[in-house]
Amino acid sequence: MKTMTVDQALNEALAEEMRRDPRVIAFGEGVATKGIQLVEEFGPKRVRNTPLAEGIIAGTAAGAAATGLRPVIDLLFAPFLTFAMEEIVNSAGKLRFISGGQFSFPMVAIARTGAGWGVGAQHNHNLESWFVSSPGLKVVMPSTAADFKGLLKSAIRDDNPVVFFMDIGLIYQPGEVPDGDHVVPIGKAAVRREGSDVTLISYAKTVHTCVAAAEALAEQGVSAEVLDLRSLKPLDEDAILASVKKTGRAIVVHEAAGPCGVGAEISAILVEKAFGALKAPVVRLTGPDAPAAASFPLEAAYVPQSDAIVAAALRGMAVH
Amino acid sequence: MTIMETVVERSAAAEALETMLTIRAFEEQSAALNAAGKIGSVCTSVGQEASAVGVVSALQGHDLILTNHRSAGHLIARGADPGRILAEISGKATGYCKGKSGSLHISIKELGVVLTSTIVGGELSLAPGVGLSLSMQDTDAIAVVFFGDGAATEGIFHEALNIAAVWELPVLFVCENNQWQAFVHRKETMLTDHVSEWAGKFGMPAVTVDGNDVEAVNAAAKDAVAYVRRNRKPYFLETYTYRLRGHLEPDDQAYVNKDELASWKSKDPIATLEARLLGDGALTIIELEEMKARVREAIESAAAFAEASPYPSFDEMTTDVYA
Repeated sequence: MKTMTVDQALNEALAEEMRRDPRVIAFGEGVATKGIQLVEEFGPKRVRNTPLAEGIIAGTAAGAAATGLRPVIDLLFAPFLTFAMEEIVNSAGKLRFISGGQFSFPMVAIARTGAGWGVGAQHNHNLESWFVSSPGLKVVMPSTAADFKGLLKSAIRDDNPVVFFMDIGLIYQPGEVPDGDHVVPIGKAAVRREGSDVTLISYAKTVHTCVAAAEALAEQGVSAEVLDLRSLKPLDEDAILASVKKTGRAIVVHEAAGPCGVGAEISAILVEKAFGALKAPVVRLTGPDAPAAASFPLEAAYVPQSDAIVAAALRGMAVH
Repeated sequence: MTIMETVVERSAAAEALETMLTIRAFEEQSAALNAAGKIGSVCTSVGQEASAVGVVSALQGHDLILTNHRSAGHLIARGADPGRILAEISGKATGYCKGKSGSLHISIKELGVVLTSTIVGGELSLAPGVGLSLSMQDTDAIAVVFFGDGAATEGIFHEALNIAAVWELPVLFVCENNQWQAFVHRKETMLTDHVSEWAGKFGMPAVTVDGNDVEAVNAAAKDAVAYVRRNRKPYFLETYTYRLRGHLEPDDQAYVNKDELASWKSKDPIATLEARLLGDGALTIIELEEMKARVREAIESAAAFAEASPYPSFDEMTTDVYA
């Protein structure tokens, strides 16, 4: 085990994969500027700066992916993905199907989002569910340094386009990362804390909020399980159902706004497939249907808080 | 010119004519199938056959092509089987994309026709990446991307040309300026007659050629291909032509200026080439009639193949989504 920040874990993952596979290349806004060591080791052809033009960055990645390379692109902030939606959604996501399976698009698009830097709504917008709704794409959003490393390695090795979201609030968080070729499979959730009364389901930084809430609940005699989704598509339905069938209660927590979000999807899955096991209504705790404010207090308040999770869990316990 | 060279040139021109006639017959067959209610809408390339044939015949087998919704000419010129294209357009399992593409985004990997996008400008967004792949391999292959004047008004046009120039990517940009952007005339959306005037500003050679003269297109394309192949840098070729049918089938073209249409019909690339080859004795009327009969037969047989082909099974609806 080594302790490193999320940022360092990602760099290590990228360097290891570039060493492992000469088809892996990295480009984006400032990728070469910030990745001097990568340029030194792999050369300026495999590590490139680009113009500030997300559409052509993503399109170039899709074209390169379909013809033999495995690009990792950095699109900086998630709202900038709106400039690359055409290339990610219409090309990378659909052209495999449209071509009858003739092409695949092994590429990773990295984007940052979430509260933490006070950058405001055009740099902070948790729009991950847009991509979950788009066929042909995989979507991951890790919460720990180990998972950032392991999931980036999986994403680079995956033959499908993967949209890789980095929660801004986690970027400089240190964490323990296993030594060696640490690979975390896409599509597998992780139980962060075991419990028997209620399942707190989350991803990215609110996983840590859920763990804090679970600790507070334990003091009040409530045993909360915390499930970290890690991948939003494919979603680990088995893990969700197994946990909620055990506890009978579910609270889904995410920073992204509620309408048609991941929480809505999970609520629907639970109602369809675990209705008989539910002892209380499924609860969603999400960010509001509003752009994220830049002001630090407002930005922080946008994110679901531990107190709200505890209160929701206690309400659920009171039902039975 | 030696006698041998003259013979070769004449036979190349005759071959080009036969391919152009095949494209025209194919497009008319598609339009007829649409009119008969047998297939959905299609975007034909009638009037643009010289551009497709002139450029594609200048390529080598290992070069890669990206095209768009008006692709039948490029595909047929590349040697695609009209039967399998028609099957694709008809949504049949024997189509090149198993019937999942339809007419708008047909790709044929085995012929190097990669990544057709029907989103105007989509093909341009993908082309630099294909060039990037080639630039990192030990190959002299080049990428060629076909798009129209409509795509040139998209922001991605500028992004694509710029990155191809800055990164020195082996991409030949072919703008088929057919004067129409869906239902809007080019003159309403751009203040330049020639898209090459814009392209030249990005730091690459940019040339406009008469897109209705297949031999002129072919000569210009050979120069362009040789430049890209040798220098591993982009080149811009504009084929100035005209969309003789509507944006999509059916389209009564009520919005098209009659005089303009008549003027371009008088410059029909096929009629022009036929007249020239007959006029200078490179082709006899009998040979032309035989050629037309071969083309008719090929398209009839293609239509029969498509008609007889099965639709895909329903499980194809959810396959090929993920690798």
